[in-house]
Amino acid sequence: MSRTVTIDPVTRIEGHAKITIELDEQGTVRDARFHVNEFRGFEKFCEGRLMWEMPGITSRICGICPASHLVASAKAGDDILAIGIPETAEKLRRLMTLAQWIQSHALSFFHLSSPDLLLGFDGDPSTRNVFGLIAEHGDLARRGIRLRKFGQEVIELLGGRKIHTPWAVAGGVREPFDAARRDRLLAWIPEVKETAAIALRTLKDALDRHRHEIPSFGNFRSLHVGLVSRDGALEYYGGALRVRDGDGNTVADRIDPRHYAEIFGEVSEPWSYLKFPYYKPLGYPQGIYRVGPLSRLNVCDYIDTPLAEAERQAFKALGGDAEVVNNSFYYHYARLIEVVFAIEKTEQLLADPALLGTHVRAKAMINRTEGVGACEAPRGTLFHHYTVDENGVLKAVNMLIATSQNNLAMNRTVRQLAMRHLDGAEITEGLLNRIEAGIRCFDPCLSCSTHALGRMALHVQVVGATGDVLSEQWR
Amino acid sequence: MAILTLTIDDQPVSGTETETLLEVARQHGIEIPTLCHLDGLTDVGACRLCLVEIEGASRLQPACTTRLQEGMVVRTNTERLQRYRRTIVEMLASEGNHHCAVCVSNNHCELQDLAYTVGLQYVRVPYLYPAKTLDATHKDFVIDRDRCILCSRCVRVCHEVEGAHTWDIAGRGIGCEIISDLKQPWGQSTTCTSCGKCVLVCPTGALFEKGATVAEMEKRTEFLRYIVNARQRREWNPDLLHEE
Ligand code: SF4
Ligand code: FES
Repeated sequence: MSRTVTIDPVTRIEGHAKITIELDEQGTVRDARFHVNEFRGFEKFCEGRLMWEMPGITSRICGICPASHLVASAKAGDDILAIGIPETAEKLRRLMTLAQWIQSHALSFFHLSSPDLLLGFDGDPSTRNVFGLIAEHGDLARRGIRLRKFGQEVIELLGGRKIHTPWAVAGGVREPFDAARRDRLLAWIPEVKETAAIALRTLKDALDRHRHEIPSFGNFRSLHVGLVSRDGALEYYGGALRVRDGDGNTVADRIDPRHYAEIFGEVSEPWSYLKFPYYKPLGYPQGIYRVGPLSRLNVCDYIDTPLAEAERQAFKALGGDAEVVNNSFYYHYARLIEVVFAIEKTEQLLADPALLGTHVRAKAMINRTEGVGACEAPRGTLFHHYTVDENGVLKAVNMLIATSQNNLAMNRTVRQLAMRHLDGAEITEGLLNRIEAGIRCFDPCLSCSTHALGRMALHVQVVGATGDVLSEQWR
Repeated sequence: MAILTLTIDDQPVSGTETETLLEVARQHGIEIPTLCHLDGLTDVGACRLCLVEIEGASRLQPACTTRLQEGMVVRTNTERLQRYRRTIVEMLASEGNHHCAVCVSNNHCELQDLAYTVGLQYVRVPYLYPAKTLDATHKDFVIDRDRCILCSRCVRVCHEVEGAHTWDIAGRGIGCEIISDLKQPWGQSTTCTSCGKCVLVCPTGALFEKGATVAEMEKRTEFLRYIVNARQRREWNPDLLHEE
């Protein structure tokens, strides 16, 4: 029997992640769905605006990774102007992209996930949050807060403010950098390196403690997608797309991000506002793929900084026979390896004299009527695709964001957790916690998943074979 | 010319009959908010922000177009005037599509400054979200009518100073809009000299340089005074140059 669950926009509750678990006649889990009830319609209302305004507009899409939208948008602008930007501008944009990783990954690990990882999934909900973490692991929590602040400070010193900075533009960036600001950032490096090392050690202990849980936390084969550099190194700003399957075979390589629409399709389902991208050659939904830290480490051949590369070797061993790590729980691990990489890379960039060049912006008129900009946002590959008329007025805007590319995988994860932890129709605290933790592996950038410091606002329904709601929990 | 005396905000002031209340007030350090007025251009009294109370007159009068009269008693900052001014700014805000945070003129906008001056906290009238057009056909400049407040400074500077008369106002009421050359795309205008004066005098982000990004467009209006003064004094008369 098939049924369609429709979300009535009147009853949708902003900031709540709604999950329905569907049972079959025997009362076992048939499917689980993660509904996203928010709709912001950014793409539509950008139409008719000018291409040059887009970095400023799109960096307001999100308060969590505005710098990534800024960079992707500016790159789409470069593509429309059909120019190469000055070397200094590219290096500055790279620095900002890394800072966004550090800032966002620190938030994900220290503020949102580590209460679960360190205090346990079944810990007392009233203390299983960042405040409980401060009480029990004060030094670690404080370090985490400072690590995030470091990322913020890079963004602020480059762009003039923490969020929504309109600093990157088509053709480069608006302001050169200077030695005084560089030195302020360099002074942070020893501390944040140490923080990253401590966080890694702490996480590895936690992985050991949770080894019984891990197998059901979104453990499945899927494709992995990410940017890699020309020689296959982990990439975050330039490079080309690589697609690897769940066994580690490279199924597509060196794809110019400009051709993203040829390999990725998107399906809308009536029960969610978040679209479902898939890899076209495999069709929907078999073309399920993941992006983000786990996938980036899976698609690259190596990391070109020493500490992160050593850690990547250890990470790779987790895959066992498979050449890739398919368990979503290890997103946490991959995220911290990326923090190590981002800090090492930031240090390299800060030491580069080219960073202080004064030529940072190239000017040109509209030379192409279509442009794509891609970069690796903290949560995965981000694409901005603009079509303009000959004057630069936008005719169409498409953005493929990381969280939607992980949509199929998040649904699959919730289903796997429901199968293992739902007993009968009763929604236990333990199940809620695990669903929350399962979704958190992907660090989705929905307001529901990021508000309320460490506690996701959840609405879970168990629906029987006839479509009636058997039980329901809010929190 | 006879000297006239009057009081503005209880302060005795004097001027000539060719001067306006606004000019005399400013000479005496009395600030009256304005939007359509710009030193060097003819006044048209379009925005009504400079309204003042004149004793004995039943209606409020715009200071920028009202000439001095002997014995006038004028008030520029009563509670009623403050209320009216705030309402005018609210209506300007609701009649256009002003999104300061992503506007090229953010932090350099006379409308935004005025909103601060009149203490605008929120807009009580409903936003109309009118469908306005953007014309980016000119090679260097853009007009975004979403942000136009119909002050007509661009029309006047183009007509009075540049002498090209590319801009006009078409339509009626809420449908009014700035047009170039009988509503042709700006880029196809045969009268426009691409001098950019309209862009520099526009108080908002409605007229701007192509390629400008958020908060990057800064306007300059001082040039107008120099040009107008020089012209009035015939400083650019070639014969005068020879005499030197
Ligand atoms: S375009 Fe600018 S100068 Fe012209 S009427 Fe509109 S607001 Fe005034
Ligand atoms: S300044 Fe007087 S009416 Fe506009």
